[in-house]
Amino acid sequence: MSVTVRNLKKKYGDIEALKGVSFEVNPGERFGFIGPDGAGKTTLFRILVSLLLPDDGEARVIGLDPVTGYKELRRRVGYMPGRFSLYQDLSVEENLRFFATIFNTTVSANYDLIRDIYHQIEPFKKRRAGDLSGGMKQKLALSCALIHKPDVLFLDEPTTGVDAVSRREFWDMLDKLKATGLTVLVSTPYMDEASRCDRIALMHRGHILDVNTPQGISGNFGRELWAVRADRCYRLLKALRSFPHAGSVFTFGEQVHYTDRRDDFNPEELKSWLESEGLAQVQIEKIRPTVEDTLISLMDRQEGGGPPDNSATEFHRT
Amino acid sequence: MKEDNIIEVSKLTRRFGDFTAVDHISFEVKRGEIFGFLGANGAGKTTAIRMLTGLLTPTSGAAMVAGEDVFTRAEAIKKKIGYMSQKFSLYEDLTVTENIRFYGGIYGLSGRNIRSKTEELLHRLEITGVRDRLIRDLPLGWKQKLAFSTAVIHDPAIVFMDEPTSGVDPITRRQFWDLIYEASDRGTTVFVTTHYMDEAEYCDRVTIMVEGRIDALDTPGGLKRRFGAPDIDEVFVKLARSGSGAANRLGKNAETRSDESAANRPGRGATPPPGEGTASRSNPNQPEGGGAT
Repeated sequence: MSVTVRNLKKKYGDIEALKGVSFEVNPGERFGFIGPDGAGKTTLFRILVSLLLPDDGEARVIGLDPVTGYKELRRRVGYMPGRFSLYQDLSVEENLRFFATIFNTTVSANYDLIRDIYHQIEPFKKRRAGDLSGGMKQKLALSCALIHKPDVLFLDEPTTGVDAVSRREFWDMLDKLKATGLTVLVSTPYMDEASRCDRIALMHRGHILDVNTPQGISGNFGRELWAVRADRCYRLLKALRSFPHAGSVFTFGEQVHYTDRRDDFNPEELKSWLESEGLAQVQIEKIRPTVEDTLISLMDRQEGGGPPDNSATEFHRT
Repeated sequence: MKEDNIIEVSKLTRRFGDFTAVDHISFEVKRGEIFGFLGANGAGKTTAIRMLTGLLTPTSGAAMVAGEDVFTRAEAIKKKIGYMSQKFSLYEDLTVTENIRFYGGIYGLSGRNIRSKTEELLHRLEITGVRDRLIRDLPLGWKQKLAFSTAVIHDPAIVFMDEPTSGVDPITRRQFWDLIYEASDRGTTVFVTTHYMDEAEYCDRVTIMVEGRIDALDTPGGLKRRFGAPDIDEVFVKLARSGSGAANRLGKNAETRSDESAANRPGRGATPPPGEGTASRSNPNQPEGGGAT
């Protein structure tokens, strides 16, 4: 096992950031933590790379305890924190050289590992890191996290705030890294990135709700899921919510994802009803649940089906 | 200006020295429309929005926002619009009602009007129980919804929203979009930028900026059909990659700072949220508060 975590807990004052999480990551695996702000992802990563002490539970990263074995651990993990944290006033190449030096290595020693990534920002190597675009900062931060050839890589929301193209390029770079056998733990609030992981853990408010492959997670959805379309999206949304047998109703782009409370649901009946409510071009088709559908369903269940955010003591990012 | 257009833009351009951030863009937005504004970092979205909100004077071209000329009536525009930014909107050290009263005041509402709007808003958002709570003690989702409601407290013709739902959980995001739908239903035009491509699909029309130009403007369905793409994400990628220079996009332009710093200066307040920009010097060998010794 590359990473083993048992019942890890962490509180900030009254706020429980981690409420007892457990999981294991296999060597060479790309393991994703999917969940919104406040789920506990950053807290978890900081504990695992030894920047924060847990209150309870235990963890092992490549066999080392982050609490007692942190010196050795810090030499062997790579970490890319959630906010850009390199030296803004140093240039691209100065930053890279700096990190190589503090890890007691050189840029050339492990250049192979970062070549494909660094290549893209090399033309700007004399530019100050603070003047880079979001996508370039990511690439630099990733290069600096890999420069010492770590055994495990922790990426905390590496694609947040970055445009769709850069996000894809980043994941393409991760694909190439996979070939080297590097274990990668990555957190993200973007549901579509979940499908690019080997296994994922769904997190919400300090709990892990489920751990499985992306396909496996959706397999646990447990009910039939229907995608409904019509000519006017907002009217469709309101109409579905007022339908007497509606289970869950959530928008997904131009469609609404719908579950019915009955086992013998007949989509034709819903279609006629919607048409009688004045909607046109109604289409209803059965679909496979996505990771997002599953997370919403698990969150809904966790909240007891009521509106979320009822508790004003919910942890939120500071 | 045509009857039901709330924004009319014609060959709007903004240069910084010899760099052209916004390159002769033209488009119209109808009253009550939900208009999505997409583009890679550095494409020119932020500059375009700053011109439309009266914060930056264009170099050339023309634009009318809510009936006012952006060149000569910038201050008038500010009174007719609402603005909500992801990173900053409400004062963390004021209570819910204090924030509402503050923004109501800035937007020129009378005392009595503010009081009645406050009650209406608290009831609609179902947060009457926390009226005297500090913003910093509210969950992120509540803050977002309250920020939006405050941005439209003066019933502006248009509300500009800069990545309003970043990081928020999928359920709260959808509740937030409910508010946007309702506002649009009431005739408020919503101008929104987002990195969540599925949110682009909630919009009536979407425009994608590439290197200062508008390279696509259509309904989400229209864009998907035209580019043969299953979703807006794919449309975006196809467009952005077909641009005349990956090198250009990589950063040889003035807007190279990430959205975190560039997009949040207009309008409200001065202090960035706590933690932002303070921890720029962390390295793995440095314990961060509470680390092992």
